[in-house]
Amino acid sequence: MTAVAPTAKDFKSDQEIRWCPGCGDYAILKQMQKVMADLKAERHNTVFVSGIGCSSRFPYYMNTYGFHTIHGRGPAVATGLKVARPELDVWLITGDGDGLSIGAGHLVHTMRRNVDINILLFNNRIYGLTKGQYSPTSEVGKKTKSTPMGSLDTPINPLQVALASEAAFVGRCIDVDGKHQQEMLKRAAAFRGTAFLEIYQDCNVYNHMAWEYATDRKIKAENIVVIEHGQPLIFGAERNKGIHLDGLKPRIVELGNGVGVDDLLVHDETDATLAYLLTQLRYPDFPEPVGVFHAVERPCYEKAVAEQIAAAREKKGEGDLKALIHGGDTWIVE
Amino acid sequence: MPAATPKPTESVTSATVRFAGDSGDGMQLAGTQFTHTSAIFGNDVSTLPDFPAEIRAPAGTLAGVSGFQINFSSRDIHTPGDRVDALIAMNPAALKSNLADLVEGGILIINVDEFTEANLKRAKWDHNPLEGDTLHAYRVYEVPITRHTMEAVKPTGLGAKEASRCKNFYALGMVFWLYDRPLDTTLGWIDKKFSRREEIAEANTLALRAGYSFGDTAEMFSVQYAVTRATLPAGTYRNVTGNQALAMGLVAAARLSDRPLFYGSYPITPASDILHELSSYKHFDVRTFQAEDEIAAVCSAIGAGFGGALAATGSSGPGIALKQEAIGLGVMTELPLLIIDVQRAGPSTGMPTKPEQTDLWQVLLGRNGECPLPVVAAQSPGDCFRTAIEAARVAMQYMTPVVILSDGFLANSSEPWKIPDVDGLEKIEIRHAVENNNPDGNFLPYLRNERGSRPWALPGTPGLEHRIGGLSKDDRTGNVSYDPLNHEKMIHLRAGKVANVADSVGPQPVFGEPHGKLLVISWGGTYGPVRTAVADAVDAGKSVGHLHLRWLNPLPSDLTEVLDSFERVLICEMNSGQLQLLIRGRYCLDAAGLHKVQGRPFTVAEVAERMDAMLEGQA
Repeated sequence: MTAVAPTAKDFKSDQEIRWCPGCGDYAILKQMQKVMADLKAERHNTVFVSGIGCSSRFPYYMNTYGFHTIHGRGPAVATGLKVARPELDVWLITGDGDGLSIGAGHLVHTMRRNVDINILLFNNRIYGLTKGQYSPTSEVGKKTKSTPMGSLDTPINPLQVALASEAAFVGRCIDVDGKHQQEMLKRAAAFRGTAFLEIYQDCNVYNHMAWEYATDRKIKAENIVVIEHGQPLIFGAERNKGIHLDGLKPRIVELGNGVGVDDLLVHDETDATLAYLLTQLRYPDFPEPVGVFHAVERPCYEKAVAEQIAAAREKKGEGDLKALIHGGDTWIVE
Repeated sequence: MPAATPKPTESVTSATVRFAGDSGDGMQLAGTQFTHTSAIFGNDVSTLPDFPAEIRAPAGTLAGVSGFQINFSSRDIHTPGDRVDALIAMNPAALKSNLADLVEGGILIINVDEFTEANLKRAKWDHNPLEGDTLHAYRVYEVPITRHTMEAVKPTGLGAKEASRCKNFYALGMVFWLYDRPLDTTLGWIDKKFSRREEIAEANTLALRAGYSFGDTAEMFSVQYAVTRATLPAGTYRNVTGNQALAMGLVAAARLSDRPLFYGSYPITPASDILHELSSYKHFDVRTFQAEDEIAAVCSAIGAGFGGALAATGSSGPGIALKQEAIGLGVMTELPLLIIDVQRAGPSTGMPTKPEQTDLWQVLLGRNGECPLPVVAAQSPGDCFRTAIEAARVAMQYMTPVVILSDGFLANSSEPWKIPDVDGLEKIEIRHAVENNNPDGNFLPYLRNERGSRPWALPGTPGLEHRIGGLSKDDRTGNVSYDPLNHEKMIHLRAGKVANVADSVGPQPVFGEPHGKLLVISWGGTYGPVRTAVADAVDAGKSVGHLHLRWLNPLPSDLTEVLDSFERVLICEMNSGQLQLLIRGRYCLDAAGLHKVQGRPFTVAEVAERMDAMLEGQA
């Protein structure tokens, strides 16, 4: 269609953006528009689907096809769309409330089916749109409007949910780390199957600085570790620390004094057990991994649906309506 | 046994037979076979399967009784029959729970082998009904069905358990003889069904023939009954249940509109058979999706509809309740979607296998906000086919979710269905938007046509990129809008669009007298008993008309005139007056109601009695 290569601007819709100034969502929108342009995505073949919440306004701001659905149900709408139209590129935008509370069931089943869509879960550990109640990822003891004495429930770990749901692609990135986020979005876009990406996102009104340890330039190098397939886990401002595996127990070690790179844990995206172990590295005990935790290709749901249809046609021929309604015992009345 | 002298034959217009036994006794199968044979023989047929929700309730208990009733006739019939002329009771529990429906002087065939002390106790009989005068009002035939069956199948060498399982065929054979039916349809079915287990095929064949011969030769039965062929309109016929017809109707609608069918569903009684049927039609490009729950089922269909498929979801009352928020999304975004509600007795889990018409308010009024959508109800098993096509046409031409109401009775009962001419079915012409409709800027996804409908622009179409959602939207552009006047305007536009559906539905004809003393109104599955009762009344010269409402929303545009043409109006429904309230409210009319909320259809007599009372000014 377009003779000239698209730019990020081509992916901006004419709608005024209604997120609070300073919201982490702006950064993610910007990276997505850039990535779309870089990938030379076709606007008309791209669909953004979302549920309800601040993050779910995302589709309105993309100049593609979009569907802002109802709370938690985005994955089901996206699944139906992809089964009906496998050739479309379908992205699902959700949040920690939308995806892990009211819509947790749909998220789980979409990932186990391995529908070829990309799921971006904006995790700000708070309900923003409803003005500040605790979310399924809020830490225990979180004081909010609905929990003045502190929240009681143990938070859920989005990546562990994804792995338990047999997600084929599981990753994590951070709203303000644009370059890494772009890489992750591109990996997700290229992946055939459900790609689940958790994005640490700052709600600067109701939960500002929730991810300060992972975003503050002064300290973040000590608190996150970028994981890459085949590479040892090294982190720290001086890149002098690493993760060593002691049996099944991860330990932080300093390089030098007889400890070398060979002693460090080497990441393997294909190893689900390792992926699960990495999800357990949590601040402040450990640096939190960002990157692709797990990526293994397996058959996509919508493709399998199409294959069954093709197989049925191979066996029975193209459906004949007349034969269908004349099926079973018939008789003629004269 | 020596051939007995031929027994006399008595001709009857119609008969109603009920097979009743334990849910493991194969009564549904016996009933289905009797139905097929009678239909192929040329009778008009209507059936009422009645089975427990439990897969296998404890054997011999009242909870485990399964029944199958068949009304077959040499005349045009619309109901499975009010009372039973012949009851086959395979055990004491079956006798106990079915005896009340047997007409006085009716035929009662009893499997005496099962009338043991223990079975009587399980069925909560405080005495043995075979002794004393409990059954004196009936023509009782005590037959050792189990023992006879075991003897008949002995040559096959089957074990006792498998051998005794053939007793439904023995009973069927007896009833075939009693009503002078040919055996060949069932024999053919047995051969086909058990082609890989010859000994089972042989055993069932032997049992069937033995039952038939017993009727013929035993001194017990003195007379055979003949129900001659009905004069049905010429054509090719088959038996069909409502769920089968609905599934085929959906496939036909997809074909007629030249697109794949997407069916998102979650298993629920009594709608699951639609999912089962459709999942075997993959070669028609039918994409069935067994979702993780009812909400995902409807949402996946909404996504598929957005993508351009003919999208449908099916459930029963409890599932529809779960889908309502998403149905509202379909109304708000104005996407085509079919919602099938196979109604069952409620509230809550209710009686899953029993029919009611108690979801009318739910589908019309059960969503947040002002959320109107078209609602159509099928009137008979075969009618489900046409209803599905009609609903699909409205959904896609008006860009709206449409509810199809069926019920547990229509879903599972069957009738001879005159197979329509496929080539004569009208195409569903759908034109998707392919060009920008706005010379001044971006595509307008909510610009309306003369029907009040918006364009269906599919993702993948260059230049028409747009966003839709559940938020209030600006007229024409579809952009999010909180403007108060625009919000109200959009509510009126959507409601007006649904009201416009009346134009393509047309007026609803009145059967019987076009004006007079009493108009009887029915909807959905109450069609059969009401039509039969009114037809009898008209034959008897009474001043009665019958209006059957297929579309419950919008109601026919000429309804005011029809209502005004009669002195009184009676609305019959299997609820406590849901349509009655709507008609009273909308037309300020003192309509009377006949209500039944027992999980079973009206009898013709119930309708007739109320009609007569009203005609005589007593009600």
